[in-house]
Amino acid sequence: MTTRILPIIAGASLVALFAACSTTPEGDKPGAKPDAAAAPAPEATGRKAPAIDVTRRGGGDAMLKDPNNILSKRSVYFEYDKYEIKAEFKPLVEAHAKYLRENPGAKMLIQGNADERGSREYNVALGQRRSDTVKRALVLLGAKEGQIESVSLGEEKPVCTDHAEGCWAKNRRDDMLYNGEY
Amino acid sequence: MPVRWSLLALTLATASASAQLSIEITGAGAQRTPVAVVPFTGEGALPPPVSSIIRSDLERSGLFRTLEVPTLNPPLNEAANINYADWRARLADALVVGSLVVLPNGRFETRVRVDDVVKQARLGAVALPTAKDNLRAVGHRAADYVYEKLTGEKGVFSTLIAYVVKRGSAYELQIADADGLGDQTILKSNEPIISPAWSPDGKRIAYVSFENKKPVVYVHSIADAKRIVAANFRGSNSAPAWSPDGSRLAVTLSREGGSQIFVMAPNGSGLKRLTQSQAIDTEPRFSPDGRWLYFTSDRGGTPQVYRMAATGGEPQRLTFEGSYNVTPRPSPDGKTLAYITRNGGKFQVALLDLNNRQVQIITDSDRDESPSFAPNGRMILLATVINGRGVLSAVSSDGRVKQRLTTPAGDVREPAWGPFIE
Repeated sequence: MTTRILPIIAGASLVALFAACSTTPEGDKPGAKPDAAAAPAPEATGRKAPAIDVTRRGGGDAMLKDPNNILSKRSVYFEYDKYEIKAEFKPLVEAHAKYLRENPGAKMLIQGNADERGSREYNVALGQRRSDTVKRALVLLGAKEGQIESVSLGEEKPVCTDHAEGCWAKNRRDDMLYNGEY
Repeated sequence: MPVRWSLLALTLATASASAQLSIEITGAGAQRTPVAVVPFTGEGALPPPVSSIIRSDLERSGLFRTLEVPTLNPPLNEAANINYADWRARLADALVVGSLVVLPNGRFETRVRVDDVVKQARLGAVALPTAKDNLRAVGHRAADYVYEKLTGEKGVFSTLIAYVVKRGSAYELQIADADGLGDQTILKSNEPIISPAWSPDGKRIAYVSFENKKPVVYVHSIADAKRIVAANFRGSNSAPAWSPDGSRLAVTLSREGGSQIFVMAPNGSGLKRLTQSQAIDTEPRFSPDGRWLYFTSDRGGTPQVYRMAATGGEPQRLTFEGSYNVTPRPSPDGKTLAYITRNGGKFQVALLDLNNRQVQIITDSDRDESPSFAPNGRMILLATVINGRGVLSAVSSDGRVKQRLTTPAGDVREPAWGPFIE
């Protein structure tokens, strides 16, 4: 069994990490005013990981399924031809980063997706760029690299199949799955 | 006015349990050589008649127009004296005659003879071993012989194609004769299958399967339905491409972050990274001489086609017109590159002449994907969408001849034209 010291990250530097990893075009440049509300200070800083977390399957955790818990939300949506995490999804990514920090036994698969336009293989690469982006954000927020695998489903698994922007927007997406869910 | 000519009768005659592709010719060459294919003597003993397969294949090439031949009395075959003046009078430039004969040992043989009516000269004759379960294969081989005698280049009627059929949430990787008949499913899955790529010897197909909730590259041996995992590294594994000698497989992996091109043995050993960029590098394809690796990269801001030495090195950009040029596929002679270009919102097949760098768009559809050269370079098979359904289309490299292959139920996509088989 390994015991891990969780990263000691102050709230302000956490926000800075986040801004650095996601290149939102406007209003979120380095030095921009940190959104403190979107970046709760990590709890239990320096706390040892509870032993039970090592064996507990993340997917079996009730809080991940509780519709009132932000952790039950698993999708991050992207603009066309864009890969940065939009501001509205930062609280979601931060919540999952916190969960991964506090549950070192939890593993996550991030599946990136692209809309149907263009080459299937190029779309695999675009989906990968999206899943890599969220993985990088989670790692910068304290999740362990080894907890997360980022992959791509390209345009192959659309949740919406109309050939129009309303649908395409739903398909440009990362889904975060915990072990036991894939 | 497009020629519309369906092979429906042939499709019905050989229908198997699964839903087959059927072919429509939607365009033809401007100058089609008139050919008379006389029904072969004795061919009624083993249906389907070989002469009808030859006729269908020649028509489908878009290079020939087959003439109606009335019942001849006495019947004509390869042993007869040809009265060239008669066939000129019927406006034939070429004549194909033949027979199906029973040999003394009880085996069958198909004999084919080709004559140039204009030059009044016999071009050649061949005898093909024939069994009752390989009439279609014999017909295609006979058509290849006729085609080569008349054009000077190898025919592709006896080659195979691979493609993916999606019906509802079921995916099947199939192979079929180049005319879409004789289809066989080699992989069934409830998850997507993409990017089938034939090994140069035609015995194996590499592809990407999502059955493990992520893209994994497999190499599948067709004859014994055995497959190995070629690339299942952490992250995504995709875009397999064979080296011309079959000894290496180029793949796109995200194991080191981003999508980068690697090369390895087909069993996954000896992995070596070939591209070193922060950008997307994917869709590798070896040049036929093995010197170059063509690929798609967005290192310049938009996806464009590049090439680099197959051992790695500094890439050179090849496409400059437009903001989306992907899926490079070199022609078998290495002189031309087919790729997909976005042209005013439409995704179409473009050909780049690698000598003079001229670009020509050769399709008028709007959602083309996955161009694949016939092994003689004459036709390009591609996936497109017609009336909301995925279909395969074939276009001659001059853009004139067009065919469409559809299946009654489902979407067909991801075509790959197989190599010549000895």
